[in-house]
Amino acid sequence: MADEIGSRDAILSRIRSQAATKPQAERMADVEARISSHKRGILPAGPRSLIKRVERFTQKAEAAQSTVAQVSPPKLAKAVSEWLREHNLPAEIRIGQDPRLSPLKKSGAKLMTVNSGKADPADITGVSFAECGIAESGTIAMLSGKANPTTLNFVPENHITIVNESDILSHYEELWPRLRRRFGRGKMPRTVNFITGPSRSADIEQTLILGAHGPVRHHIIIVKGA
Amino acid sequence: MEITSPSFKKNVHKALRDEQLQQAMRHVRSNFIQKRAAAADALPEFEALRDNARDIKNHVLENLDLYLERFESKVTENGGHVHWAATASDARGMVLDICRRVNAKSVTKGKSMISEEMELNGFLEKYGITPVETDLGEYIIQLRGEHPSHIIAPSVHVTMNQVRDDFRKAHTHLPKDRPMDEPESLLKEARAILRQKFMEADVGITGANFLIAETGTSIIVTNEGNGDLTQSLPRVHIVLASLEKVVPTLEDMSQIMRVLARSATGQEMSVYTTLSTGPRRASDPDGPDEYHVILLDNGRSNMLGTEFQDMLRCIRCGACLNHCPVYHAIGGHAYGWVYPGPMGSVLSPALAGIEKTANLPNASTFCGRCEEVCPMRIPLPKMLRHWREKEFEKHLTPPAQRRNLKLWAWFAKRPGLYRTGSRVAMRMLSLMGGSKKRLRKLPFAGAWTEDRDLPAPEGGSFVSQWNAGRRT
Repeated sequence: MADEIGSRDAILSRIRSQAATKPQAERMADVEARISSHKRGILPAGPRSLIKRVERFTQKAEAAQSTVAQVSPPKLAKAVSEWLREHNLPAEIRIGQDPRLSPLKKSGAKLMTVNSGKADPADITGVSFAECGIAESGTIAMLSGKANPTTLNFVPENHITIVNESDILSHYEELWPRLRRRFGRGKMPRTVNFITGPSRSADIEQTLILGAHGPVRHHIIIVKGA
Repeated sequence: MEITSPSFKKNVHKALRDEQLQQAMRHVRSNFIQKRAAAADALPEFEALRDNARDIKNHVLENLDLYLERFESKVTENGGHVHWAATASDARGMVLDICRRVNAKSVTKGKSMISEEMELNGFLEKYGITPVETDLGEYIIQLRGEHPSHIIAPSVHVTMNQVRDDFRKAHTHLPKDRPMDEPESLLKEARAILRQKFMEADVGITGANFLIAETGTSIIVTNEGNGDLTQSLPRVHIVLASLEKVVPTLEDMSQIMRVLARSATGQEMSVYTTLSTGPRRASDPDGPDEYHVILLDNGRSNMLGTEFQDMLRCIRCGACLNHCPVYHAIGGHAYGWVYPGPMGSVLSPALAGIEKTANLPNASTFCGRCEEVCPMRIPLPKMLRHWREKEFEKHLTPPAQRRNLKLWAWFAKRPGLYRTGSRVAMRMLSLMGGSKKRLRKLPFAGAWTEDRDLPAPEGGSFVSQWNAGRRT
């Protein structure tokens, strides 16, 4: 076993002697400033109004082979159960403890079996509430935790993600200040998942096939006016 | 892996005659180039993003020590562990120590090129631990006992018929008459088998596309979701990352992400981009109990401050392989080490030594397509030339080649003689080319014409055309 502290110091001092072009104090100030400035760089032009943003999000998500529906808040549970029926799937879902999912437990209980907690290998459909959608690529972002366990994003064959219309952002860069406000600067939840479409592979003769290891279907429900 | 770059010429000879390989490589030529071009064209800011991506990494490389220290302190703050490995063998020792401490029997792996550098699979097997590659392409080549031939499409050299045969041999518990004629059925079969492995694994090992200094986060980018099952189901998550993967902030990562998938597969965004920070939190229902990051140097810090520093900007998208006429012709294995194609021909000499890899910088036509498409604007042809210079300085070039170069230099320094000589040679070659204007054999250059014809020279030389006023 190598001496870890020794090799740490050796690596760092080698980097310092070879790469540094400015005095140490100046470099430290540069790095500090860079990390705290959260400079955004180049943001691709995109629609500004909410309506257009939702349109762009939908178009991009569909291009990535997700399906997208829009519903009003009272119809959420029905939208989930209808989607299951349309795809000949059992009326059974797994969800986390996100309070925004409570309509599924209440009005949904009559329409389907609703299980709670992290994913079980036998689960066929997972439903989670997204932190936000990103219009530029039709991506949804999920945060780990008991509200929406990360395994629900990957273990079941079908993944339904619900996102509030007002949480559809233009760029990835808009998510980071939200997380800094909620978790503190320099802090993150254990996992942030950006998801763009269902799982896929092109490893056999470059033929694209959906449903590699993660979900075969990815359905997004946008909650209008929320 | 055992390095076979010293026998590069023999490897190439074999590759050019390998019909299965040649058939498989056709998909690379047609697919990747088109998709990347379409994705780049669809984003007006693409070129500006490339500039910015380059600048971010340049800034990081000048302050790499400080960003790594910050990364380490944030990982520790979040309850994770950072291990510094000077060499590949240190790094695999660290993996083994962790696996032994938690009594691991089975390890799932997401795609990691560094684990190839570390020769991790064979090493773990030697100690009774079963490594399972979970990326479909990696799984296929693990069954075949091969190494990746492409950095993002590891099984690109394998045809579907070969995959079918491999699955038949490996999955003997399945009915012999099961349908296996479509790629879909093969994928389903692999999915079912690997599901079981994901559930059984004690440790999950992934690579890292980025590390974020601001938060102590590691990031993986996949399309299959295998990396996520690898890192969220077992008790322990080990991240293998090389030093240069670090970027300052989440914003910086977002910038580079925009050029990564577009350059690699032509997607605007890969399906899964996953940010992991520390082990599971007290209230988390899932996720690993332990989070380790192994930072591997293995020769990279020695590239800093040299003419090869820019190579450390590489984000492993594979665009230079996909656009390289040499890679198209010979595939990845002929290069003989972990990293094939133009990026490999620059990186391998730095990591494995120019003595063993002297052939690689010569495996380029200097057509410049690699630099044209590199999202990080790495001047690959220039660096290949630097390696050729070193090769010559170290007397690694074969004696005949050195003699010929000297002979050529002697002529080149005598312009009158050179012009007359080349005029005569051109006329002779032109005559030899006959009506087809192609030479099937060339005296003293039999190896060159063995696998291709030489087009006979037509028209005047460059100098005569220039003098005649043709200057565009």
